[in-house]
Amino acid sequence: MSTHIDPVNPAAAHDAIPAVDPRLLVREQGFSGYLNEFGRKMKAGDLGSIPVVIGLVVIWSIFQGLNSNFLSPENLTNIAITMVATGMIAVGIIFVLLLGEIDLSVGSVSGVSGAIVAVLAVTHGVNEWLAILAAVAGGALIGAIHGFFFARIGAPAFAVTLSGLLFWSGAMLQILGSNGTINIDSDGVVGKLTTYYFSDVAAGYGLAAVAVVAYFLASFSDSKRRQAAGVPSRPLGEILLRTGLLALFTFGPAAVFNQYKGLPLAVVLFVVVLVGTDFVLRRTSFGRNVFALGGSVEASRRAGINVTGIRIAVFSISGTFAAIGGLFWASKIAAANQSAGAGDLLMNVIAAAVIGGTSLFGGRGRTWNALLGVMVITSIQYGLALEGIATPIQYMITGAVLLATVVIDSVTRKTQKTAGRA
Amino acid sequence: MVHVSAAPVLALRGVSKRFGAVQALTDVELEVHSGEVVALVGDNGAGKSTLVKTIAGVHPIDDGVIEWQGRPVSITKPHDAQNLGIATVYQDLALCDNIDVVGNLFLGRELKRRGVLDEVEMERRARELLTTLSIRIPSVRIPIASLSGGQRQTVAIARSMLGEPQLVILDEPTAALGVEQTAQVLDLVERLRERGHAVILISHNMADVKAVADKVAVLRLGRNNGVFTVADTSQEEIISAITGATENAVTRRAARTGEAHK
Repeated sequence: MSTHIDPVNPAAAHDAIPAVDPRLLVREQGFSGYLNEFGRKMKAGDLGSIPVVIGLVVIWSIFQGLNSNFLSPENLTNIAITMVATGMIAVGIIFVLLLGEIDLSVGSVSGVSGAIVAVLAVTHGVNEWLAILAAVAGGALIGAIHGFFFARIGAPAFAVTLSGLLFWSGAMLQILGSNGTINIDSDGVVGKLTTYYFSDVAAGYGLAAVAVVAYFLASFSDSKRRQAAGVPSRPLGEILLRTGLLALFTFGPAAVFNQYKGLPLAVVLFVVVLVGTDFVLRRTSFGRNVFALGGSVEASRRAGINVTGIRIAVFSISGTFAAIGGLFWASKIAAANQSAGAGDLLMNVIAAAVIGGTSLFGGRGRTWNALLGVMVITSIQYGLALEGIATPIQYMITGAVLLATVVIDSVTRKTQKTAGRA
Repeated sequence: MVHVSAAPVLALRGVSKRFGAVQALTDVELEVHSGEVVALVGDNGAGKSTLVKTIAGVHPIDDGVIEWQGRPVSITKPHDAQNLGIATVYQDLALCDNIDVVGNLFLGRELKRRGVLDEVEMERRARELLTTLSIRIPSVRIPIASLSGGQRQTVAIARSMLGEPQLVILDEPTAALGVEQTAQVLDLVERLRERGHAVILISHNMADVKAVADKVAVLRLGRNNGVFTVADTSQEEIISAITGATENAVTRRAARTGEAHK
């Protein structure tokens, strides 16, 4: 009964033909193969980052049409620096969204972080590095506490972090004390976070060159290893094409920044965080476990994954990045004040993650989504500000964009279900 | 096709299990040899799942002895069973839809190289494993979500094979599958037998049982109700053992005609 061909069951005969990896087929067909693959993905609802990239192009075109200063190096640099605070927090919340959970406390936690730094460094004269360390460690601890109540006690993450939102905004006001606002030394470490530029032209281009070369070498050696192991690998042409695209998206921004004050430190740090977290999520067991939990908790538990531990760690990561974002926020406004972490910050963070393509249903997304999403939101804010359009309209437009994104997310999921991919 | 080796891979001797006031299993006997497929059948509530869970270490037994390759062993937690070489594939498949086939096969036991996931080696081994089991799926790098039910079931079974188990327990592997998909899974069960694994197959489908099993162990109300050799047992006999209708007009007539032929 092993390999004989059943005359009445042609499907059994079909089974005997070894399966060909569809990726190989795509490559054999050359360019049209990639085009077909793209079409297939579109039909199956596998949209990835395409809607947000299209959205960004549309938004930029509209604002450039309205005001020719919108795409000026100065405005683009300002957008890039402003988006880092929200973007950092969004990186943390993407970890939580990957679990299919939500963290509503990130805004308040970022406020606490700013308050801790200001009080320690300015009021008490503690070394600024120590103050930063305390603030970030505080964020990690706060996140771990939320994670404990969610993962160990079993309270819904929504409720736990909603209490966190209230509790930590109260804590921030308490830490700030009666002064309300503490100004931060703009020449200090925190101050420099958003005001330092690598004014040397070589810095931006050098970093871009390093990134491109590193990417090429990593892809090339990976491809060689795959060939040696006899598994499908990327052909050299595809690696070159991808490297070329990366060069476009690194040297392009570097050129823009160099036309103004140079490469902003905040942007460098943000990119470092994105590369690092992306690596953790896609190349380590921890990251794989996070995705597994987002896919099926029961399957993860049966596979021997420490569900409680991973959940607590993820909420702790969210708290850590909220604290880091809080530092950038304090740096941007050069103060820790009572309104930090309030208002639309939380909504913008969640919107950035979701607009960037992270699914609210868990198990789908990358930290790079934070970059794309926050670019959309900050671009809208700056574009409308240039037009002198008031905050209420900004809120309404951002809300509409978020709704559109959530609709795309849900429709994508439905399409994937009908195409048998979710 | 029954290779009777010296000692059975797994033998249950007088196993009993009680949940509070409910006596789920009473003095159950079961033997499985390597290279043998034993179908475990019974009506709903007959104790099939409980029996499987005692072997898998989910519910420790109250009374009786479990023998592994002739030696009595104690299985009190799932880990004990895994260490002995017992792999269980449950009915709800325990796969992550959003992760690709390679990722699911190695979930919870990822291969690493300098602390980083070794995707190349995992992919190579996954392809090797799927080829040896003649499992046909479009690609090892597509998410589980895009596979059919039968393909998912074969991936789940393949995953249990990674630890090189000696006994594989399949809980209703063909429930909710179409005809072609059922055929794929049954083919795979036969390949497991050819490779010398012992297999316990729980099924409601008599056709499946007749197709692949060597022996059929029937449970009724938590007790043994006969062990049959598939080759010389009719479907009716098995079904009457399941329903407890061993004593009825049909069986009596069958018995009489049997005597008449002698």
